Amino acid sequence: MGMTMTQKILAAHAGLSEVKAGQLINCKLDMVLGNDVTTPVAINEFDKEGFKSVFDNSKISIVLDHFTPNKDIKAATLSKQCREFSTKYDIKNFYDVGDMGIEHALLPEKGIVATGECIIGADSHTCTYGALGAFSTGVGSTDMAAGMATGMAWFKVPTAIKFNITGKLNKWVSGKDVILHIIGMIGVDGALYKSMEFVGDGISNLTMDDRFAMANMAIEAGAKNGIFIVDEKTIAYQKDKVNREYTIYNPDEDAEYETTYDIDLSTIKSTVAFPHLPENTKTIDEVGEVIIDQVVIGSCTNGRLEDLQVAAEILKDKKVAKNVRCIVIPATQKIYLEAMKTGLLEIFINSGCSVSTPTCGPCLGGHMGILAAGERAVATTNRNFVGRMGHPTSEVYLASPAIAAASAITGKISDVSEVM
Amino acid sequence: MKAFGKVHKFGDNVDTDVIIPARYLNTADHKELASHCMEDIDGDFINKVKDGNIMVATENFGCGSSREHAPIAIKASGISCVIASTFARIFYRNSINTALPILECREAAEKIEAGDEVEVNFDTGIITNHTKNETYQAQPFPEFIKKIIDAGGLLNSIKSQ
Repeated sequence: MGMTMTQKILAAHAGLSEVKAGQLINCKLDMVLGNDVTTPVAINEFDKEGFKSVFDNSKISIVLDHFTPNKDIKAATLSKQCREFSTKYDIKNFYDVGDMGIEHALLPEKGIVATGECIIGADSHTCTYGALGAFSTGVGSTDMAAGMATGMAWFKVPTAIKFNITGKLNKWVSGKDVILHIIGMIGVDGALYKSMEFVGDGISNLTMDDRFAMANMAIEAGAKNGIFIVDEKTIAYQKDKVNREYTIYNPDEDAEYETTYDIDLSTIKSTVAFPHLPENTKTIDEVGEVIIDQVVIGSCTNGRLEDLQVAAEILKDKKVAKNVRCIVIPATQKIYLEAMKTGLLEIFINSGCSVSTPTCGPCLGGHMGILAAGERAVATTNRNFVGRMGHPTSEVYLASPAIAAASAITGKISDVSEVM
Repeated sequence: MKAFGKVHKFGDNVDTDVIIPARYLNTADHKELASHCMEDIDGDFINKVKDGNIMVATENFGCGSSREHAPIAIKASGISCVIASTFARIFYRNSINTALPILECREAAEKIEAGDEVEVNFDTGIITNHTKNETYQAQPFPEFIKKIIDAGGLLNSIKSQ
């Protein structure tokens, strides 16, 4: 019987010719990732068990991105612990303040993850790398510790849902809107334990940044992983970044999918997820009047160059509304520099935005833009649970960079047509 | 292996931000994490919960982040096990890995109410509601996973091999 892309990658890494959904297997890992919040818990477990070495110091990545530059003494202590561990075990991919970026934007940019690889990360948005046609999934700190020690992880082979993508996106509509539409359609547990596999002719009409945003939010539908077919865009993206051979796994003709959804990109409208679940979506024409206090443009979902370019195109020669704080956070130093050189940062600052060094910051209510009681934010982030960005009575509306930028100008959730 | 205790009941989609808000993730200390467990939906939970109590919830429990701080906070608060209709997958995995006993059983999750006295047998998967005089059958764990839980978590089981 045929296998899905996910099943093929898992089989290859388990040393098996074939796997079936539901099977429990042990896989060799190509990369184990952690950040400043999850790595300390992993280090504590690693040390407690008495492990004295890591399996391969070139296959571990530790990126300090959540509470950095450190927001308080406790956060600084966690970063220090990560730093010391990385020095002790000579971790090759250790990224500290000054050269770090948000992990899920940084790793593909540096060629640390690639097509066909098997990656675990102690961060739920590790599913992002599925955009490259890799198997990549979020795990806890104990799995990270076990992974660092043994280079292996256990998995239950998932069943899959197929998303057959056709058509082309309309202007101002992006991958973020597609994935919000999908989560609104299937629910926050609509893909529970399953792979979300994105195939079809329309994939070639999605940029890599679109695909990263979509794969990033697979976890918000409860998925084990999200994964895209590999095409010329994927290969071109990796050409100057990945220094090793990689294997492309295509789904078999007779691969089994529990459900298939046909998604015509041209029918997707700008979409907003209302508090307090990513599935609580409305299209921009259904939103009504929602006055806001803050806009965040950034995160592992939408902090990439294209996201900033779209936001800058809309904000150019306009002003952020008086009652709104607009915070822009390029996801990596490379993106930050490019945004600077191409005049995007000047546009943001001239229009009244605050521009920050790369950090996850406000996305998870860490720092750099926390909300007070009753405040509302439009954010290009990935989650809007109660208290996500600050006070439990604050509200987060998830949207694309285009909608976020337009909303920053009007002071309420707005379509781009209202400002351009 | 068994658990026996009074129930704290929650609904659908209890997410990791509500189990342990991110503003407290700047510590890895179990006791400290426990002191903020469920804070944003039930500020009084940590005062009410007693050692051995059981948490029961409906769909998609633990959805959201991979933060292991979530099952850690629950376990350190004194909760002896969590029963839910369904679990989010990273939370489920983290619970097994950190030896927080969990069981999936929709009937039990829907019928058990706050304050009920409940007993759980992990070997048979039988859940007994002593307050309502009802029993429910959950799927016991496959051997592979049972080994991890019996060893006291993933790392213990790796070391013992």
